[in-house]
Amino acid sequence: MLWAEGLRHAFNEGRVVALDDVSFNLAAGQTLAIFGPNGAGKTTLLKVLAGLIRPQAGSARVAGGRRAIGWIGHQSQLYGHLSVRENLLFWASLYGVPRAERGARATDVLARLGMTDRAEQPVWSLSRGLVQRAAIAKALIHEPRVLLLDEPFTGLDLGAAAELRALLAALRGAGRALVLATHNVDEGAELATDVAFQLRGRFVQYAPRAGRGSAEIAEAYRRAVAGTNG
Amino acid sequence: MTMAQKGRWLVVTGLVLLGGVYVRALAFTPVERFQGPAQKIFYVHVPAAVTTELAVILLGLAGVFYLFLKDPRLDRFAESSAEVGTVFASIVLTTGPIWGKPIWGTWWTWDARLTSTLFLFFLLVGYQVLRGAVPDGSLRARYSAVLGICAVVLVGFIHLSVYLFPTLHPQPIVLKPSKPSLPGEMLLTLLLSFGVFLLLYVGFVMQRYAIATRRAESFHG
Amino acid sequence: MGELLRQTWTIARKDLLLEFRSRTAIVSAVVFTALVLTVFNFGRDPTAVSALDLAPSILWVTFTFAAMLGLNRAFQLELENQALEGLLISPLDRRSLYWGKLLANLAFVAVVEAVGLPLFVLFFNVPVGRVLLPLLAVMALATLGFVAVGTLFSAMVVRTRFAELMLPVLLLPFLLLPLTYAVQATARLLADRPLSEVAGWLRLLAAYDIVFFAVASWLFPYTVDE
Repeated sequence: MLWAEGLRHAFNEGRVVALDDVSFNLAAGQTLAIFGPNGAGKTTLLKVLAGLIRPQAGSARVAGGRRAIGWIGHQSQLYGHLSVRENLLFWASLYGVPRAERGARATDVLARLGMTDRAEQPVWSLSRGLVQRAAIAKALIHEPRVLLLDEPFTGLDLGAAAELRALLAALRGAGRALVLATHNVDEGAELATDVAFQLRGRFVQYAPRAGRGSAEIAEAYRRAVAGTNG
Repeated sequence: MTMAQKGRWLVVTGLVLLGGVYVRALAFTPVERFQGPAQKIFYVHVPAAVTTELAVILLGLAGVFYLFLKDPRLDRFAESSAEVGTVFASIVLTTGPIWGKPIWGTWWTWDARLTSTLFLFFLLVGYQVLRGAVPDGSLRARYSAVLGICAVVLVGFIHLSVYLFPTLHPQPIVLKPSKPSLPGEMLLTLLLSFGVFLLLYVGFVMQRYAIATRRAESFHG
Repeated sequence: MGELLRQTWTIARKDLLLEFRSRTAIVSAVVFTALVLTVFNFGRDPTAVSALDLAPSILWVTFTFAAMLGLNRAFQLELENQALEGLLISPLDRRSLYWGKLLANLAFVAVVEAVGLPLFVLFFNVPVGRVLLPLLAVMALATLGFVAVGTLFSAMVVRTRFAELMLPVLLLPFLLLPLTYAVQATARLLADRPLSEVAGWLRLLAAYDIVFFAVASWLFPYTVDE
């Protein structure tokens, strides 16, 4: 569903390396978790996959193109002065969902996320956790087959983070592929089917999870980070 | 010889030649009948104005090519051309009033041609202000290219307007559809001055370009 | 083309809905316009300069500044929660984004002008009844020129430091030309000159609009992509 081949990218005329020979592929049903410290190039990788940045070398492809991608970041991409429902209808229209289906689609997504009673509230009046849920609703409104998640746990309290993890777990499967980028191993390891450590733009480790526990992955990550620094 | 050194030599040569042109202008070129000696400033004013315009047009062209080729050297050239153009525009805006006071009896008038040079000056200054406000190199290059292209389109419009507005300013005398209407002696002096200003422009741009290159490289190290 | 126009309308409608919901920008722009007109009234010596002589300049300087207020807002609202990034990830064509913003900005400035013109007539006692239609044509053409360039620049400055200050510095040199055309046309209209004298200025305004609309539609994608 998702192919990346030899991706390279640097900012500021080559001064800051964000992607250094990154290759991977992902099939439906898989979840790739990318762990790396801030500034390792995780967001750049997701932006390349989303078509937001054209890589300086290599290529990336998503089956179905832009229409097949849903994006969940730590910013909601929702307009504060519009209600949750109005936001959903706007994004549905941008993604080319036929007018007749938009209303039903929004109702359905809101019900799935348990937000039916918040539909008419303006986004600015929602709590951080609810905004994040609305953002997920926005990402799902066009039924994307690939979900790109950029530090989705940032700013959530423990309860909201656990809730988000449960939601994401439910989104796996059903022919969907997920890419999750985070600097916090404890937050994403349990969702992953594949694990990559990205340091200074490079995938220093990239392997299937193969039955490893979260603690084991966290330990391997800490060793990898210490290794490159020392 | 590095580019900066070549540029410095060109500028030195240009300045010496400019001295030569002025010796010729003051001693060997006839005094204009109506304007008297004040007209002599015209051998700086007109070439500086043409060079400013050239700087802006090259800035826009560099912008167009940058958007297609994404070559940072084009951006460095545009940056250099803008700065040098600003200097020449300042020369035009200083010499114009100095000439205007004895001839028109006023330092400044909102005449279409004066105003259009002021436009160029504002455009060039705005261009540099924008460059200063974008930290990321490639974004800055892209924004500069966009603004540079818009500036050239605007300059085209201004020229169109200049012909439509009533103007106090002397009409163009060399670059016009019919034959140049200037006595041969004066025309030669003016053309020599054009050559010298072109040399100065190239020399300054080369030096400024060398600085831009060194700046870009120092970050790599 | 159908898809382009559909997306354009989606963007414009969203912007207008947002504006209608918050109303802060439009209300401040209208109040600002009324204030500037008032200030101009006190800024002239009524015994020395007649209102009619100054009227065209006052009208257009006011509209220029009011337009600038609206333009600054256009992309600022996309920064909230990084909605702009969401737009760029979506299958939205960049030209539709520009055209949609352009439409919304035009509507914004039109509302300000719709309030500003009657106030102007009232404050300066300028009879516009007989020339209302041609005057509206001048306003429409000049506003389109302002907004076509302004929308392009506002997309750039929003990612720079000191965005609010940067926009006027970059934009005003570009607005001076349509402003001049509009003032010339308005002055002739208010002085009851024949329409044939105004036609040339209208043609210049139209040419400016067409050229800058085309140039901006071409350049806009370069200002939003990363």
